[in-house]
Amino acid sequence: MKPRKTNHSPSPAAVQDDWFKWKEKDLSKAESVARPSLSYWQDAWKRLVKNKLAMAGLIFLVLLTVMAIIGPMLSPYKVDGNDLPNQFLPPSGDHWFGTDSLGRDVFTRTWYGARISLFVGLMAALIDFFVGVVYGGISGYKGGRTDNIMMRIVEVLYGLPYLLVVILLLVVLGPSLTTIIIALTVTGWVGMARIVRGQVLQIKNYEFVLASKSFGTKTKRIIRKNLLPNTMGPIIVQMTLTVPSAIFAEAFLSFLGLGIQSPFASWGVMANDALGAILSGYWWTLFFPAFFISFTMFAFNVLGDGLQDALDPKLRK
Amino acid sequence: MTRYILKRLLMMIITIWIIVTLTFVLMKAVPGSPFNEERTTNETVQANLEAHYNLDEPYIVQYLLYLKSIVTFDFGPSIKQPTETVNDLLGRGFPISFELGIVTIIVAVISGIILGILAALRHNGIIDYLAMSFAVLGISIPNFVLATLLIQKLAVDWNLLPPATWSSPAHMVLPVIALATGPMAIIARLTRSTMLEVLTQDYIKMARAKGLSPWKIIFKHALKNALMPVVTIMGTLLAGILTGTFVIEKIFAIPGMGRYFVESINQRDYPVIMGTTVFYSAFLIFMLFLVDIAYGILDPRIKIHKKGGGE
Repeated sequence: MKPRKTNHSPSPAAVQDDWFKWKEKDLSKAESVARPSLSYWQDAWKRLVKNKLAMAGLIFLVLLTVMAIIGPMLSPYKVDGNDLPNQFLPPSGDHWFGTDSLGRDVFTRTWYGARISLFVGLMAALIDFFVGVVYGGISGYKGGRTDNIMMRIVEVLYGLPYLLVVILLLVVLGPSLTTIIIALTVTGWVGMARIVRGQVLQIKNYEFVLASKSFGTKTKRIIRKNLLPNTMGPIIVQMTLTVPSAIFAEAFLSFLGLGIQSPFASWGVMANDALGAILSGYWWTLFFPAFFISFTMFAFNVLGDGLQDALDPKLRK
Repeated sequence: MTRYILKRLLMMIITIWIIVTLTFVLMKAVPGSPFNEERTTNETVQANLEAHYNLDEPYIVQYLLYLKSIVTFDFGPSIKQPTETVNDLLGRGFPISFELGIVTIIVAVISGIILGILAALRHNGIIDYLAMSFAVLGISIPNFVLATLLIQKLAVDWNLLPPATWSSPAHMVLPVIALATGPMAIIARLTRSTMLEVLTQDYIKMARAKGLSPWKIIFKHALKNALMPVVTIMGTLLAGILTGTFVIEKIFAIPGMGRYFVESINQRDYPVIMGTTVFYSAFLIFMLFLVDIAYGILDPRIKIHKKGGGE
């Protein structure tokens, strides 16, 4: 068979030699690096700083944390300081955010609520992190039978309706800060375990892990030193997204009467207390807790989105 | 496919069995008997009451009786309202909650997809920014806060819509908005990001090169593929809407299942708590099962019988 003539083979006459020139090699620049070498974390941080919305979220959260710590000290009122003659005072110089149905200072209670919300969110994220990382790490690294059994358990737990289980646990354990955190984390770690396992499954076959193994490194050390640092990106993103969902869950449960109990303040409790008052026009009883719940969740969500972009190695320039 | 469905079916039954057992164990772990609070009952009355509700049998017998009652779909009487059974409450509350849920899902899916498409078509335009700011806000504002704000503004201040109960289409507007905003925002964000990805694919360029009208490209070629992730998160959204009905029904005084559930929790009416939890869980798990099957049928690229490995 005769080879077919292809269209793109150029005719020799069309290309002329003077089109091309040798470029001088500049050996003095051979060793210089085009841009400063940045570690993964420096690079991620640089990209996060460029994301204005995520930075606004981060700044809001820092301010909120500061206020959660010092806010209650700035006011002369106590969190459960009933003062019936002064109920439903609108915001003023004495009560910056007004007072509620029992004359309690909304300003003080708002920052107590911030303490509770941030504490619940962070604790839930931390516990999920530890359990999920250990479970997912072992499951992904061991593989085979172990992985199969461990993942069947996760699958079943994942199928359980999350908030229903939490409600059920709270009915039994009784409402308190500790029981909320326990209830939220009993099945909450499953999402983290799945993510960690997926990552570990991918990374454990890379050469540097094999190299480490061939030196006789112990499994525990390989998981800790080789696998986990390389899975930190998705883990951190997952943690930032766990916090707002835990904060929402606490507010939701407190609103249903299953969480923190009045007179203690949580944003959910305050919103629930305000439910009757709002119809009579006492807007400030709802406005402040509602504003801070929404903005805290907003801040964590945009920060999580920003981190997702910043920590994605594929987007690294 | 059949093997996959059977496997998922087995999984579903195991999950429901775990919920049933968990509710039983937890309810037994609660300190005290449900009749302890009533100081008027003397010991004989209390013993008789316990015998009536089989509370004097050993735990294992109680457990088996309980399993039997679940299988026969008989959740027994309510303890706090002895004239009613849990089935009565479910029968009365479920249709209303179901109606609320269905309308919410339809509203959330349709408006979310439209918003997502608009944002993707005007990528980085003003509509995109508006739609996405709206979406992030929608995700961030808890439904009970939104519900209260809606009541105050639309019902009390402007007197446009009825603030509570469930009797006419006008009564449905506020609860549905409050419940649908969150899922709508999630769907809008997801539709936008997958739409953006799909729109850069070669087959879309091809369709454009063929001279197809933009609407035909979007609805016939792009949207079909952009919707798969929406189907994937349907399960999570359903769970969110279902638990959302607890607070929404409480706030709007809607006589649905969610309100009975919350009341039973506050009154510690254990048979009602157990019955509704089991019912809710079974319903939700069944829905997740349907979503999974639908996903397998809708997307021919997924070979589900090979699942079980990676993510």
